[in-house]
Amino acid sequence: MNAPNKSGWKPEMGEAGAGPVARTASGDAGLALEEALIFELGGTGKCGVDFDEEPGDVSPALAKFARKAPVDLPALTEPEAVRHYTRLSRQNYAIDLGPFPLGSCTMKHNPRLNEAMARLPGFADIHPLQPMDTVQGAYEVIEQLADWLCKLTGMEAVAMSPKAGAHGELCGILAIRAALEARGDAREVILVPESAHGTNPATAAFAGYRVENIPATKDGRVDLQALKDRLGPDVAGVMITNPNTCGLFERDMKAISDAVHAVGGLVYCDGANFNAIVGKVRPGDLGVDAMHINLHKTFSTPHGGGGPGSGPVVLSELLAPFAPIPFVRRDEKGRLRMVEERGAKDHLPQTFGRMTAFHGQMGMFTRALTYMLSHGVDGLRQVAEDAVLNANYVLRSLEGDLDAPFGEAGPCMHEALFSDENLPEGFSTLDIAKGLIDEGFHPMTVYFPLVVHGAMLVEPTETESKAGLDRFIASMKSLTARAKAEDESLKSAPHYAPRRRLDETRAARKPVLTYKGEGVPPGTPSLSEIGGS
Amino acid sequence: MRYLPLTPTDRSEMLATIGADTVDDLFRDVPEGVLNAEIAGLPAHASEMAVERHMKKLAAKNLSAADAPFFLGAGAYRHHVPASVDHLIQRGEFLTAYTPYQPEIAQGTLQVLFEFQTQVARLFGTDIANASMYDGSTACWEAIAMAARITRRDGVVIGPIHPHYLSTAKTMAKFTKDEIRELSPALIADAGDDAMIDMIDDKTSCVVVQYPDILGRIPDLAKIADAAHGKGALLVAVVTEPVALGLLESPGSLGADIVVGEGQSLGVGLNFGGPYLGLFGAREKYTRQMPGRLCGETVDADGKRGFVLTLSTREQHIRREKATSNICTNSGLCALAFSIHMTLLGGEGLDKLSRINHARAVKAAGKLAAIDGVELVNEGGFFNEFTLRLVGHDAREVALRMAKRGILSGVALSRLYPDSLDLSEGLVVCVTETCSDEDVDALVAALAEELA
Repeated sequence: MNAPNKSGWKPEMGEAGAGPVARTASGDAGLALEEALIFELGGTGKCGVDFDEEPGDVSPALAKFARKAPVDLPALTEPEAVRHYTRLSRQNYAIDLGPFPLGSCTMKHNPRLNEAMARLPGFADIHPLQPMDTVQGAYEVIEQLADWLCKLTGMEAVAMSPKAGAHGELCGILAIRAALEARGDAREVILVPESAHGTNPATAAFAGYRVENIPATKDGRVDLQALKDRLGPDVAGVMITNPNTCGLFERDMKAISDAVHAVGGLVYCDGANFNAIVGKVRPGDLGVDAMHINLHKTFSTPHGGGGPGSGPVVLSELLAPFAPIPFVRRDEKGRLRMVEERGAKDHLPQTFGRMTAFHGQMGMFTRALTYMLSHGVDGLRQVAEDAVLNANYVLRSLEGDLDAPFGEAGPCMHEALFSDENLPEGFSTLDIAKGLIDEGFHPMTVYFPLVVHGAMLVEPTETESKAGLDRFIASMKSLTARAKAEDESLKSAPHYAPRRRLDETRAARKPVLTYKGEGVPPGTPSLSEIGGS
Repeated sequence: MRYLPLTPTDRSEMLATIGADTVDDLFRDVPEGVLNAEIAGLPAHASEMAVERHMKKLAAKNLSAADAPFFLGAGAYRHHVPASVDHLIQRGEFLTAYTPYQPEIAQGTLQVLFEFQTQVARLFGTDIANASMYDGSTACWEAIAMAARITRRDGVVIGPIHPHYLSTAKTMAKFTKDEIRELSPALIADAGDDAMIDMIDDKTSCVVVQYPDILGRIPDLAKIADAAHGKGALLVAVVTEPVALGLLESPGSLGADIVVGEGQSLGVGLNFGGPYLGLFGAREKYTRQMPGRLCGETVDADGKRGFVLTLSTREQHIRREKATSNICTNSGLCALAFSIHMTLLGGEGLDKLSRINHARAVKAAGKLAAIDGVELVNEGGFFNEFTLRLVGHDAREVALRMAKRGILSGVALSRLYPDSLDLSEGLVVCVTETCSDEDVDALVAALAEELA
């Protein structure tokens, strides 16, 4: 499916709406396997776990709280469960199967050494509240990772506990708010560029700020003059993504920081795109006060179908005293200690408080540290260079086919941005994206950033080979050519995926969020046909 | 470098295609002096073998639960996780997929989330559940924020919940101006139902009750729910140990409006505190006030059943500053692990597992309470976790000395409540199916010696 197609390609299947192509009794088609829900697989009277002892009785004291019957949940034995989840896994696209060029998501290869190290019992089988002397190695992982993050960013301190990028944003904004309140100057407004991730305004609003947009210039960057015009004593700070969501480096970042600082505000940098500059540029050199780092992007911890992530936040000297608890420090004897509610008064009296139970995503810390040690500081610089090289290669290879709104302005960073400008009437970004699915690729980020019409944001990452990029480029050229030839079949793509386009309106109109045993919608093969046991 | 496929030849060819002389030409927007500034004090690249050696040395400095009699709980629980769980979550198609924004090629993840939501809803006794939050503590805070959106009130009454959950809620409340009033625990059998009920007034948005609570006591949720509803407030139930719900009546069926919890117990493992997964269930009428991702059923263009992320008009990427939460990435892979473990157990397996936990804990508590100078606080019943009062001792010191003997004996309340002298004698002990009779005997013998 990866071979380039000529324009005029037609899917070799029935017409849209004509029903499933597989004319088999099972509903499966060779290795294209359907899978029923666990609730439909007949999981009663069996169990996938054996116990060494008989269950005891409920103690008399607990009797009045005891449930009358077991929870109504089916069980599968191990062979059935392994098959159920393995069959389901095959309906997923993943980095392990091919390029996953989702812009701003940094879907790079997830090294398996990371997985092995995170599973060492010395890391995986320890409790967060064990006596501190029994977990010195775990604290050392946190200390070493923190050291890497501070040095790579040129920042003073790092808050390790945030659970993901948006949680890190919240940490940074709460630190800013705490610092401003400490000087008796809470302020009201956070400025956010139009091109920002949705999490930025949501975070600022959650922290009690009013959000105002900063316009962009024609070349896709923050309008410095407009920003300066808006700055004043009511502005607590700005949230800026750099490199930004158009895939461009904010050339004026230092000037932006200086201007914000001059009116007493603070600078939050969204670090989602740090992969473009890791080892090359230290955000601390650009006047940033706080920045979250997505370990699940730049530092290769797996996305897992939507998390877990990890979002440590590096902080400037000014914000470090307001960092959240807990954090690791060395005592006078050189022992590592976790400063929690106990000890905060002595070691971080101005902390804005705790954001989560325990100390953050340890399992991600071990993975990220393993990755950093593997690459070393030299390798990380190469990561940024190859990521940027790959993106520019895609940009220049496709700018003759698709409109690249900022292509003339110069090189991009780690992601290449296209618009739907060159597509004929009636053909959209969505059609190209869904066409890519048939070509065997995961689509790029679509319709984001909002500042570009029909945006297509391609982030190849450094872990794609040139041959892999060439195949992707060939498919993109083929799809663009098909759109320009007004190939109607593109509008009903994908044709070869486990599902055709899904009815999202129906899902939202009358939400079905849990299985109610009401049977399956018309057109779906019956249970026996789906291949249930 | 083993993770970088481009060869020097590739790089030259690609630069030629781009029309750049050097890769630094591509970084020309970065100000001079900032680009390639020296980063001192970090090592260069290393082989897989060298990195493994480094990490194993660090891991070896920790006393892992497998190497000691282990009795810690208080928000993180050690249960046996079937080997197939970890095998399945390492399938690359699950491990290395993104959030399912392209449902046609993410039905695996989406169907798992639909099954997960159903499992959580049935476990909690709620109509619906979401696709997971970061962890129990953040889910707890999100529930408080959701209750405020529903009731348009800003008073919050919090019972004896995990102090880290309380601390998290207090941090957030500082910024949202919610007014939190808390009931601190005391080393007594009474779980404080009446005291919590007395704190509810007509400004109360919700009452937050942990079930079982931080000392392992079981509050009477039905009674508190009635009182809360009588004043127009919601009941938020918090479950840090979901295995308990194999045995205890579900919070939803007892009247809780929102039920949140920590799902780590099933499938995930201790992992030194994270990543875990937040569980979040609620009544159906509050669906549109839910935070986080929701997976819903629909059909595709051929009429085949399929699943999509739905109701995203609540979420930050659509709603921006008006979103119900800023959460984006959640805890998908941990939700998968939870779901697989739950599927292997089923309702009857969970029932058995919970009864084994309970019986072992009751037996151990009896032996421990027989030691001179040890009192069992939980006379009103407990599930697999209970609090001992070590009369005349700071439990933190005792736990440290026990650790030196190679026994991880429990969580001292003074670690969690550094400012409370009243609680300093308290040691929370958790006994799961992983604690053998020999482990319990070793704990009893060592504690008796320490206190003698």
